[in-house]
Amino acid sequence: MQKSLHIDPNKCTGCLQCEMACSYENYGQFNLAKSRIKVFSFEDAGRKVPYTCTQCAEAWCMNACPVEAIKIDAATGAKVVLESTCVGCKVCTIACPFGTINYVHDSGKVQKCDLCGGDPACAAACPTGAISYVDADWTGLEKMRQWAAKTDTQANAGA
Amino acid sequence: MGWARKILRVDLTSGSVKSEPLNMEWAQQYLGQRGLATKYLVEEIDPKVDPLSPANKMIMATGPLTGTAASTGGRYSIITKGPLTGAIACSNSGGYFGAELKMAGWDMVIFEGKSEKPVYLWIQDDVAELRDASHLWGKTTWETEELIKSSHQDPQIRVSSIGRAGENGVLYACVINDLHRAAGRSGVGAVMGAKNLKAVAVRGTVGVSGIRDFKAFMAATKAAKKVLADNAVTGQGLPKYGTQVLMNVINEMGALPTRNALDVQFEGARKISGEAMHEKRLTDGKANLVTNNACFGCTIACGRISQVDKTHWSVVNNPKYWGASGGLEYEAAWALGAAGGVDDLDALTVANMMCNEDGMDPITFGATVGAVMELYTMGVLTKEQIGTAAPFGSAEALLEITRMTAEGRGFGKELGLGSARLTAKYGHPELSMTVKSQEFPAYDPRGIQGMGLTYATSNRGACHLRSYTVASEVLGIPIKTDPLVTEGKPALVKAFQDATGAFDSSGTCIFTTFAWSLADLAPQLDAACEGGWTVERLAELGERIWNMERQFNLAAGFTAKDDDLPMRLKTEAAKTGPAKGLVSGIDKMIPEYYQVRGWNTAGVPEKETLERLGL
Repeated sequence: MQKSLHIDPNKCTGCLQCEMACSYENYGQFNLAKSRIKVFSFEDAGRKVPYTCTQCAEAWCMNACPVEAIKIDAATGAKVVLESTCVGCKVCTIACPFGTINYVHDSGKVQKCDLCGGDPACAAACPTGAISYVDADWTGLEKMRQWAAKTDTQANAGA
Repeated sequence: MGWARKILRVDLTSGSVKSEPLNMEWAQQYLGQRGLATKYLVEEIDPKVDPLSPANKMIMATGPLTGTAASTGGRYSIITKGPLTGAIACSNSGGYFGAELKMAGWDMVIFEGKSEKPVYLWIQDDVAELRDASHLWGKTTWETEELIKSSHQDPQIRVSSIGRAGENGVLYACVINDLHRAAGRSGVGAVMGAKNLKAVAVRGTVGVSGIRDFKAFMAATKAAKKVLADNAVTGQGLPKYGTQVLMNVINEMGALPTRNALDVQFEGARKISGEAMHEKRLTDGKANLVTNNACFGCTIACGRISQVDKTHWSVVNNPKYWGASGGLEYEAAWALGAAGGVDDLDALTVANMMCNEDGMDPITFGATVGAVMELYTMGVLTKEQIGTAAPFGSAEALLEITRMTAEGRGFGKELGLGSARLTAKYGHPELSMTVKSQEFPAYDPRGIQGMGLTYATSNRGACHLRSYTVASEVLGIPIKTDPLVTEGKPALVKAFQDATGAFDSSGTCIFTTFAWSLADLAPQLDAACEGGWTVERLAELGERIWNMERQFNLAAGFTAKDDDLPMRLKTEAAKTGPAKGLVSGIDKMIPEYYQVRGWNTAGVPEKETLERLGL
């Protein structure tokens, strides 16, 4: 079963534990500037929204890469950047409609979410369940459950 | 090591900005943030210095856990000599600024001297420089933050700044970061204003990589986060209601100082409570509370984001306050509300937004308004003098007074001096609800006796955050004690004061201590820092800090007679509630407290005490 990162912005408090977990997992340090997941704050509406790569099936970044440096991880479905192949041309950053693949000037390569090989650190670190890692075919299951709970059919069902 | 091992020294007089190594010997003795910055301050300034003169210094300091994955690890403090009190000032703030400063590679920034013209400090990793802030002077903190981000074309910059209150010399001006987080008390913002320093803007991309043992650190922080999640206060009460969870509880205990402490219960408490913030308004069908909010790294998320009714009389012509913004926490709701008998939740929310926008401590401000309302009721102050009728309960007066104080106009100039100076000027110093000229917050010492001793002995003037015995006397943490008695309180207060000193020096938030003890903090610090940080070492650290601060205050001219409460709390008994008939037993507690502290009867630390602590 393939899994997906699922984000519920309503549960996000803006603590940035996900960004620290991401930078620690990938760089061994706490560094928001190196996180592949970002939490955006919309102050006037009081909203916090975590955002990262959604691992498109037909990934723009992968299709645009001229040196085939982006590969699919067969186990997770993640589109993974092969640092040794990447030439830092940034074409993928232009192709990606969502801005979730970015250039890192330290390494001269691009970086993006790789689902941590199947155990995403951001989801594990999120204290409120705003980021979860769930069955890719059923990312809507929790929302369905919530709406189901609101339906008022009990009286008829018992009749 | 959790430390970046680097401090930035900014001489505002000459404009020079220099990097120097952190004194690691002191770091082992004073840890970081409150403890370590206070050590730097007491070594570098004369305790008798005029707080608003160039000879005073101001330090922005992080702790070793600031900028790490430890829960609540985003704190920084501002340490200086306070202009409201003349005592040591140390104000702690959350938000994201502290973590950004640490991620830029700095443990602390020391500001000295005074700039000729308004400036702001711009820090981008290891590069720092002073920049002209003439165009920012006169702007609110909200405008300042926006203007700095747009002029640098970087929305990820974090800003800490003063508003007009700090520029206008309001003695309880605070420093605001991230729009609505505050280094709130004792007037640290007035010191910043007196130095012509408008803001500090930081972008940090160096990160924190010097953790002593990363594996142990991740395990320790994970375990500690679970403790917070499993605790009823930090896991449920605070996320849902914020600190406002207390409004109805404290009111029912008869410990809610009301109308300048004439009463101990407020008939309007329910209307301004955390529960009320969840209720849908009749006018627009929306609740005051939009969502809860976390500071950097915080897994509690007690922060409030509120939105008022756009048709409310206070904002109907002012769209600036229509959006979501920092909402009421308990102390602010009490100060702007109960202290003046005002029960209009939206009006209090707007007054609180104004305090954030212009950088004013709502506790001292609201309590000062309470004193002004009493003087007005007595006929000592008139409508003409104040510029508005100011009876208890008037939300209109509250908002008008907030505006004039922030803008430094008319009678607002006098309000900006705080209640001690204002009531003395009009011949009624007894009406100032202060200790060391700083207003006490939302717990009446007649109904919670330990808080009386907390206020009287707090080194930064009356304050709830130096030993929050409410935890024990009300919530039973770590053990339940009787709020109505004085017995046992001196030792309780000392234990809380010492533990608090350690938390305040670590980079974590004191609100964790509803669930954490030093036994939860020690493993996190020990994994991050060299030095073998045990519970015993941390308790001793707290005691060392407390005595160091005390020594500073004594040298500044304070004596045992300043460890006292306003006469009203000692002579006018609580009229209603469980504490009915009681006054504060402060006079009984002080001598025992001095003894427990190892101080002589004059409140001066004994030689053996200082030697034992390495002072």
